[in-house]
Amino acid sequence: MMTLQQLNLRRDFPLLQQQSNGKPLIYLDSASTTQKPASVIQAMSNYYLTMNANIHRGVYRLSQDATAAYEEAHRNVAGFINAGFEEVIFTKSATESLNLLAYTLTKGMLQGEEIVLTQMEHHSNLVPWQQLAKERGLVVKYIRLTPDFRLDMQHAKEMITKRTKVVSVCHMSNVLGTINPITELASLAHAQGAVLVVDGAQGMPHLPVDVKALGCDFYAASGHKMLGPTGIGILYGKKALLEKLPPFLYGGDMIREVSYADSTFNDLPWKFEAGTPNIAEAIGLAAAIDYLRSIGMEQVQQHEMMLTEYALAKLGEMPGVRIIGPATAEQRSGVISFAVDGIHTHDVATVLDSEGIAVRGGHHCAMPLMELLGLAGTTRASFSVYNTQEEVDALVAAIQKAQRIFGYGQ
Amino acid sequence: MRWLPPSRKRSASLAMDSELLEAEEIYREHILDLYKHPHNSGKLSSYSFRRRELNPVCGDQIELFVRMDDNKIAEAAFIGHGCAISQASASLLTDFIKGKSVDELKQITRENILSMLGIALGPVRMKCALLALKTLLKGIEDYEAGN
Repeated sequence: MMTLQQLNLRRDFPLLQQQSNGKPLIYLDSASTTQKPASVIQAMSNYYLTMNANIHRGVYRLSQDATAAYEEAHRNVAGFINAGFEEVIFTKSATESLNLLAYTLTKGMLQGEEIVLTQMEHHSNLVPWQQLAKERGLVVKYIRLTPDFRLDMQHAKEMITKRTKVVSVCHMSNVLGTINPITELASLAHAQGAVLVVDGAQGMPHLPVDVKALGCDFYAASGHKMLGPTGIGILYGKKALLEKLPPFLYGGDMIREVSYADSTFNDLPWKFEAGTPNIAEAIGLAAAIDYLRSIGMEQVQQHEMMLTEYALAKLGEMPGVRIIGPATAEQRSGVISFAVDGIHTHDVATVLDSEGIAVRGGHHCAMPLMELLGLAGTTRASFSVYNTQEEVDALVAAIQKAQRIFGYGQ
Repeated sequence: MRWLPPSRKRSASLAMDSELLEAEEIYREHILDLYKHPHNSGKLSSYSFRRRELNPVCGDQIELFVRMDDNKIAEAAFIGHGCAISQASASLLTDFIKGKSVDELKQITRENILSMLGIALGPVRMKCALLALKTLLKGIEDYEAGN
């Protein structure tokens, strides 16, 4: 079988053909957002060119075509993660998916009951719970990290108790690259009668996801981090649980019957999709998933694992470079944070940019984690299907250039 | 590669290295020098106002201490951490404001800061360059509100 490197998928991504600062663009910021294959861009423009109409409304052909394409996108996503059609809700982002859960899951909770998160959460899986806990008198607890940047599962056992109603963890850390043991956490949560929420913003783009095999109750993900467009997020929930939850947003399309006095709500999944959804974006997401299916998620994972191993080895031997995350590729993936001694992350990123390399510098929307690690920020290189070993070599050379400019090394 | 300690002055041969020219547009000698050896670094034990600001995008932080005397800046100092641009501009600004009146401080513009730095910047790095000025102007607001 050809490796992804040999397949040269870069050709499928129009934006990657451009130059940056006079050099071929090396895009190493896919954990922020990925580039889009031509097929995604075409699917979205095709929707606007040939079938733009509101869904679930008109009886005319256009509206029926749009409705069919939108519902097909739902079916596609559901199949991709081994969920039922009624179990997949489209939101505008993974952030909205997590907010939906934070609002609706905490609604019935009693004062003093607990939400368990981890120290490695992105703001989007921390701030909603923290703020609702403040409003509703709930307690938020955090599972600690081990010295090698993994979740301390012994501490998880202590944190998840009879008072815990929700455990919410990232599938993969957007800072450390650590992949968390979801099935184990699901068992711990379920043993105490709590539900397990997984923030899969970094999981679904990089790993094969089977929500049934993972054993989680809810799974949130983002379209634009997995080759799809912005403005579309995914929320998976077990049908029995979604049925019990109250709606999050009220409005059109989510209702069954409305009078001046009261309303009843639509069936799943539409109960959670108020208003005209992002139809073109849903269709674009489906095209992205088709693209990923054509490669195979096992292949995607293998490719990113190969790049991760390669980058960890190369960066690991650089003087003055510290990797902030597990040092081995075991149970981690292609998000690699590092610090360069004596050079601020933004300055590293600026020098890299002058070499045509796009990386993220800063706190990565994980300020509590940065404080815990005693860092103002890290520089982060992250991979997707289109990246290559040669790009990792260019990254290493550009870091050496930054060190030379700032008067370190040679 | 041999690991060398940071040097105060980079070697002359480095400046001739054509590969470095682009990034050197921003990271000029005086900027890097101020980054490694900031002016007016530290806290003041007695001050007329202090103010801390941060750039939420990158976490750059500056805390500014200013002592007024006879309605003029007698002393200014700062502590902080962040990129070379934000820290160098704090050094330059704290030098620049000494002896100036509050009214004169309010006239300082982004162009003044850029000309002090002597480099051109894009919109994202501009926020780094202007953090010290933002901190100063907010501090003056506090100071005047307290008077």
